[in-house]
Amino acid sequence: MNPAVRRWVFVAGAAGLAAFYLWGLTGLPGFGSYPGPYGDIINRVAVAQTNATGVVSAVNFAYRAFDTLGEEFILFAAAVGVSVVLRHLRGERQRPARDESMDRNVAPTSDAIRMVSLILVGPTLVMGWYLATHAQTSPSGGFQGGVMLATAFILIYLAGEFLVFERISPLAAIDAAEAVGAGGFAAIGVSAVAMGLPYLTNFLPLGSRPGAVSSSGTIALISFFVGIEVAAAFVVIVSELLEQTLLSRQESR
Amino acid sequence: MGVFPFVVVTWILAVGLYGIVTSRHLVHQIVCLIVVQSSTYVLLLGVGYRRGAAAPYFSDVSVHTPAVDPVVQALALTDVVVEAAVTALLLAFAVQAHKRFGTLDPQELVQFKG
Amino acid sequence: MDHLLALAIAAPLLVAAAIAALNPLFRGERRRRTLDAVAILTAAVVAAMLAAIMVRTAHGDTVYWFAGFRPSHGIAIGIDFAVGQLNAGLACLAAVLVVAAMVFSWRYFEQVGSYYHALMLTFLAGMVGFCLTGDIFDLFVWFELMGVSAYALTAYRPEERGPIQGALNFAITNSVGAYLWLSGIGLIYGRTGALNMAQIGRAVARHGPDRLVVVAFVLIITGLLIKGAIVPFHFWLADAHAVAPTPVCVLFSGVMVELGLYGIARVYWSMFGQSLGHQATVTRTFLTLALLTAVVGALFCFRERHLKRLLAFSTVSHAGLFLTGIALLTPLGLAGAAVYVAGHGLIKAALFLCVGIVLHRLGSVNETWLHGRGRLLRVTGAVFTLAALGLADMPPFATFRGKGWIEASAAAHGMPWITAVFVICSVLVGGAVLRVAGGVFYGLGDPPSEETQMAAEASEETGETDHARQRTPATMIVPAAVLAVAGIAIGSLPHIGAAVQAAAVRFQDQPAYNATVLSGAHVAHPTALFAPEPTGITAADLASGLGAVAGALILAFLALYWRRLPLLRRGFEPGAGLERPIRRFQSGVVNDYVTWIVIGAACLGGTLAFAIR
Repeated sequence: MNPAVRRWVFVAGAAGLAAFYLWGLTGLPGFGSYPGPYGDIINRVAVAQTNATGVVSAVNFAYRAFDTLGEEFILFAAAVGVSVVLRHLRGERQRPARDESMDRNVAPTSDAIRMVSLILVGPTLVMGWYLATHAQTSPSGGFQGGVMLATAFILIYLAGEFLVFERISPLAAIDAAEAVGAGGFAAIGVSAVAMGLPYLTNFLPLGSRPGAVSSSGTIALISFFVGIEVAAAFVVIVSELLEQTLLSRQESR
Repeated sequence: MGVFPFVVVTWILAVGLYGIVTSRHLVHQIVCLIVVQSSTYVLLLGVGYRRGAAAPYFSDVSVHTPAVDPVVQALALTDVVVEAAVTALLLAFAVQAHKRFGTLDPQELVQFKG
Repeated sequence: MDHLLALAIAAPLLVAAAIAALNPLFRGERRRRTLDAVAILTAAVVAAMLAAIMVRTAHGDTVYWFAGFRPSHGIAIGIDFAVGQLNAGLACLAAVLVVAAMVFSWRYFEQVGSYYHALMLTFLAGMVGFCLTGDIFDLFVWFELMGVSAYALTAYRPEERGPIQGALNFAITNSVGAYLWLSGIGLIYGRTGALNMAQIGRAVARHGPDRLVVVAFVLIITGLLIKGAIVPFHFWLADAHAVAPTPVCVLFSGVMVELGLYGIARVYWSMFGQSLGHQATVTRTFLTLALLTAVVGALFCFRERHLKRLLAFSTVSHAGLFLTGIALLTPLGLAGAAVYVAGHGLIKAALFLCVGIVLHRLGSVNETWLHGRGRLLRVTGAVFTLAALGLADMPPFATFRGKGWIEASAAAHGMPWITAVFVICSVLVGGAVLRVAGGVFYGLGDPPSEETQMAAEASEETGETDHARQRTPATMIVPAAVLAVAGIAIGSLPHIGAAVQAAAVRFQDQPAYNATVLSGAHVAHPTALFAPEPTGITAADLASGLGAVAGALILAFLALYWRRLPLLRRGFEPGAGLERPIRRFQSGVVNDYVTWIVIGAACLGGTLAFAIR
């Protein structure tokens, strides 16, 4: 279809689809009046059953842990896919990456950015670690913490220290970390099976009182593994995508 | 007021789809796909909201405080991760497409047709 | 024994993670063989586990609750696997095809790292999870895992241009479908406050169909229709198939598309069937889509010269035929679709593996260029021809049995003309594949004509393997042969009709399913909406089956020899003029595909909205 025709055909279809969708949405109970019962039941029983005061994390890592396992592996598969697509690219090029990156005009990083990024690396690491290990008590968890940990690595890149970036995050080790994170989650589930319990049952002691850092059994443990996996996956993805720019930065210094 | 957030959901979906369909740049198209998914976040979180209720974190309030639905928040979390994964993969494809076809215009990225 | 269900999905995930973690160790030829062996063994173990589960669920569904959170008072707070014979069988088919694909790729990618195996195993895990789960959001998560692994595998040879177009079109269209599906989940969750399919089914059945239920149904089904490659959501399939590596194509055509159709059946019979009512409307709507898909797929298939795209369009056509069986809403129709899916999966896999051998030995998939050159591939030619006859629904094959049941059920419910449509589609598709068999492997007739466009496309496909070998490795031809023979074996099983139909009745009994999942009740005699029908082979079945094969052989013969028959020379390639505008629909531009998705969804929604209110 040529673009003009396509635009009008689409607008007609989208108008119909939007009207249809809105028609269905008006059948919902109004905004602000959630009827339950799933959320209400979980709110009532979660703290008592899992000793975790962060109910969203309890849902993610205990009640619906199986979903979270699948989602972990989606991120794993995506990071693997990015590696497959872009490393292949690197391997078969006629000219080595360094030569090709010379053609690109990349503005040198300003000193202000470099300094601020370097200063922020430490606090970001600490914050990420805190988030990843406190899933059961506060609005945090493996995913959020993992992303912040990955951000710390990206700040190092922003600070222009490519060599440091490459030295402290060799891709082989990061790949392994990612796989350990994903596999660790699956393995925790299997350990439950080995004890005769259904897969992913929370079999670790729940701790003395709700909300303590060491409470909630497997929730904290799974959250930790998820944090490792997410951090590693994002570092892999970002470093693969930025490889050329990183090289050109190095050349220009 | 009861239905306004859902009107927003429909609008975001429609705008995202319009962006995909009329796009002339692959990265723009991928970002429009993110916009389409954002409509599902708004829908999920809007469906679980309860007026006057607190967040479902009970470390400093009693367990009997009325709270919003934690399940949709967990679903939205899962959603965000899925979207990040798919976007990362699509952007890698975009890098690849630029190498092979020399262009990022979806209308030019055609090797097979008919 | 129940834990087998959890292990069937945990095993491929764990092994995939382990393989990726140990990636640096797997350099070198011998280590690569170990890697291949580990992956094949994992898939084989999963297949065995699922076969055991399939046997165990003959008399009732097994429900497995993860993390030990069992439902109380009919409310589910955890996630479950609800496994009956039909879905365990489909998951087992997926695992078997993964084994075949990985055996085929033993000598295949010479310089690839371990990521191929990791991605194939996550793909397998996604498929198994999709088949077995009883929770609608979990279904979505495994759908996305399947999807992401599939996108990555499609783009596996990124040094060519085709894989990028294929992977992008595949990824963007299926993602749009997934997000529409997620919108449907949000809607139905807002109404029922549940994510478990049985609980949702019970909750919506209480109130009958209203606007929200209809919209949620349409949105969820649209996502699944896109995966199931039904017109007008099918455009991505040919692009993706044409470029994915052969073992991956085996999985796409053999089982991934069929999973989309299984999803439709599952969502309908676990969640919406009872509440929507209006069976006649639902049947008519989906039959229209299904038959349109069957015919469009068959026509495009016949016109193709690129072998993989030809097989891809035949999958589109068969997807339409499977959906016909499901749309009839009868147990015999569903049983027919199930057996047809099994037979088609095995045969299509064998055909793709043979095409892979051709690509490996001769370096091309262009039917015109290959004419006569396949003569030295004698065993491959024999297997290909056998499988082609199976695709034309020849009698002992499972495809013949399944098709016969769908036709019988349709005739018994007042639609005998469906048999005619099935025969036409079988003739076109079978004729196309037999034309390839005759031309490429036996050098019969003249090479088919081609447009320069198609020649350019087909010659882009360079060899997938390292270097052409003088002989076909056993690891390539044995899986193809075994799969083709399995297609015959399944069709010849003596009591397969009664067994599969009983499983279908159980699948269709929504109240029984709800009770089994939510209260652990064991229902000894499930009843579906329509009664079971006789499953013997009738004279009419044989007539239509043999007629289809005969028609396909004649059509193939005509296609190969038309230039030598003066009568036909004048106008055999008919409709070449009007076919060109139709073919322009398959434009290769993803913007067009998404437009068609929106239009299709709007039309489907509008139809059901007016009919069911």
